[in-house]
Amino acid sequence: MSETPLLDELEKGPWPSFVKEIKKTAELMEKAAAEGKDIKTPKAARGLLKQLEISYKDKKTHWKHGGIVSVVGYGGGVIGRYSDLGDVAPEVEHFHTMRVNMPTGWFYSTKALRGICDVWEKWGSGLTNFHGSTGDIILLGTRSEYLQPCFEDLGKLEIPFDLGGSGSALRTPSACMGPALCEFACYDTLELCYDLTMTYQDELHRPMWPYKFKFKCSGCPNDCVAAKARADFAIIGTWKDEIKIDQEAVREYAKWMDIENEVVKLCPTGAIKWDGKELTIDNKNCVRCMHCINKMPKALKPGDERGATILIGGKAPFVMGSTIGWVVVPFVEVKKPYTEIKEIAEAIWEWWDEEGKYRERVAELIWRKGMREFLKVIGKKADVRMVRAPRNNPFMKFEKDEIRPSPYVEELKKRGLF
Amino acid sequence: MVGEVKTDFGPPYYKDLLHPVIAKNYGKWKYHEVVRPGVIKRVSETGDVLYVVRFGTPRLLSIYTVREICEIADKYSNGYLRWTSRHNVEFFLTDENKIDDLINEVKERLGFPCGGTWDTPKGEYALTNIIHTQGWIHCHTPAIDASGIVKALMDELYDYFTQHKLPAACRLSLACCGNMCGAVHASDLSIVGIHRLPPLIDDDAVRRTCEIPSTVAGCPTGALKPDMKAKTVKIDPEKCMYCGNCYTICPGMPLFDPENDGSAILVGGKVSEARRVPELSKVVVPWVPNEPPRWPTLVTTVKKILETWASNARKHERMIEWIERIGWEKFFELADLEFTEHLIDDYAITPFFYSDYRWSTQFRW
Repeated sequence: MSETPLLDELEKGPWPSFVKEIKKTAELMEKAAAEGKDIKTPKAARGLLKQLEISYKDKKTHWKHGGIVSVVGYGGGVIGRYSDLGDVAPEVEHFHTMRVNMPTGWFYSTKALRGICDVWEKWGSGLTNFHGSTGDIILLGTRSEYLQPCFEDLGKLEIPFDLGGSGSALRTPSACMGPALCEFACYDTLELCYDLTMTYQDELHRPMWPYKFKFKCSGCPNDCVAAKARADFAIIGTWKDEIKIDQEAVREYAKWMDIENEVVKLCPTGAIKWDGKELTIDNKNCVRCMHCINKMPKALKPGDERGATILIGGKAPFVMGSTIGWVVVPFVEVKKPYTEIKEIAEAIWEWWDEEGKYRERVAELIWRKGMREFLKVIGKKADVRMVRAPRNNPFMKFEKDEIRPSPYVEELKKRGLF
Repeated sequence: MVGEVKTDFGPPYYKDLLHPVIAKNYGKWKYHEVVRPGVIKRVSETGDVLYVVRFGTPRLLSIYTVREICEIADKYSNGYLRWTSRHNVEFFLTDENKIDDLINEVKERLGFPCGGTWDTPKGEYALTNIIHTQGWIHCHTPAIDASGIVKALMDELYDYFTQHKLPAACRLSLACCGNMCGAVHASDLSIVGIHRLPPLIDDDAVRRTCEIPSTVAGCPTGALKPDMKAKTVKIDPEKCMYCGNCYTICPGMPLFDPENDGSAILVGGKVSEARRVPELSKVVVPWVPNEPPRWPTLVTTVKKILETWASNARKHERMIEWIERIGWEKFFELADLEFTEHLIDDYAITPFFYSDYRWSTQFRW
């Protein structure tokens, strides 16, 4: 009888099975080790199957709370994990994950990938995730004593790989495929993401903040890496001038597409007109939602005056609830060496480092301290594009120089209240 | 450098890892069209054409599978490939005639289905892969498993991945706890693992492993108080909302009950700006029990919501756009879901300030 009757149920069905992947790893690792290959934990995948089957029976996790493990010189990049099953699953007593910084945009050569596989066959479980939620390559499961040699071997590969971020650090920045494959990219997402990653290696590898901080780079408002939902600092491509129209290509689409109902009527601001021959766009009223461009990629293109909007504060619900990032810089030029973007990020970090509480994300600090203070921190003036609507209540703070001199003020001063 | 060991060298430079046709046409792409599910034709201003062929993967991959993927990429794709942000793998072909061979070889060797694309001009969409988290495979805080539920669900939704059968994009995601490592809070249809009971405090573990002030400060609802005499913390079960943040901070605060942990289902989140501004997901099913190995109640409920949307929405109408057109009352009726008091927000600290901020890049110059 099978040792994993519950997991076996997940080998059935048409979708590729993660259980098959674990079983395949267990079998091939043990075989390679038996043939004399230098493999340090040939039974880890087998141990994971054993532990997972027990979780399926018990309906709960059997992983204990982390514990600090890392490599020399780094404070993160490794997620410590220990089994609570003791002698029942000694193969996964330690099962630490290494987060490996993926190539920007998740582009690989097979040589790069094979290098990772070879190192992980020797030093780890042979199990991976392509990719983890933040975008890193996840090497799933090894022992404490193999972390350092594994890291060193990754660094000695012909195409070397470094660790990504974890804990209260800069997390591995990620980017959409951008100009590498996509005609919508309003800036070079890959170059910006790579530059930020390289500029902030220290912030990435050595947790020093109240909590995590994420950069994500999307080339257009379609936001394929969900930057505004998942990043504290989202850089989303946009443009300021007019959508470029190839009328001949529009007429080609019109031969089979219902332009009136599927494009004109779905424009959120009613900015498009189609008379059967010419498509016209009232660009002053365009909010750059991308729908018409997505519908007619051969005919419509973002304008030429391109840059990005910066949104701050996207995060999941811990602790104060989920937020989608909101506009703080309506338009920024995205040109090397990206000075303005970096100055804004660094100003935020300095403030957050000083003022932030333990496990308080930037969004929550802004909530606690107010946008008024935040705008001073980043040196920006208020812009109506930062809000959907002005405030509902009249309880406002005024600067001292906005207050007129008066006997009342003098009295407050005397009492130390002004 | 630390001693002799190289550090802080970062990822390989992406330009060294690009397929030659991609490197040559970087920033020069003119347009794309989806020629059939899973196959995207990209045409450059230089006249070059590249076929990007997409396959769904289980996210958790054996290195032996990755090596097979490499063999296939060497054979068809000049030794280059890419992963998408949603765990799909893509190969790059210059010869249209090799597409079928590639699809067949991937299917036979790896069992990965070709699909996960959408043809926006025609208004025909496939479902793409489910973003998900580690669950019982590697996480210490999950209320549910992740990979198992995703597998069971994608088995049921398989044809939606391989064919363009949906009226609009529908992003599915799963997170196994409130940390939400998956993008549950902004997906069309999503699952999140929840707890329903307060932590069972292990005083000894609190004393040994936790910093009491930070544990207390970590509680968003003020349910924790320090018990300085006993050097531990006390919990007010009325105030606790079972978020698990304290357990993330302090191992002495476990809150796992196999019979009462389970899943909540959310709908209506959206990230893209297309047509309607982005939106956060809304809870529509408060709790479904944990039913490994194939979670029948959860899978059936999610599939029912998806198919109710798919059969009622207009072309290009995403979940939230459809719901807003018909009204939430009609949504609950059509999806055959009960609206209960659980679904009215009483997590007192949902950021009120936030309602006025512009969480969208839609604005006029």
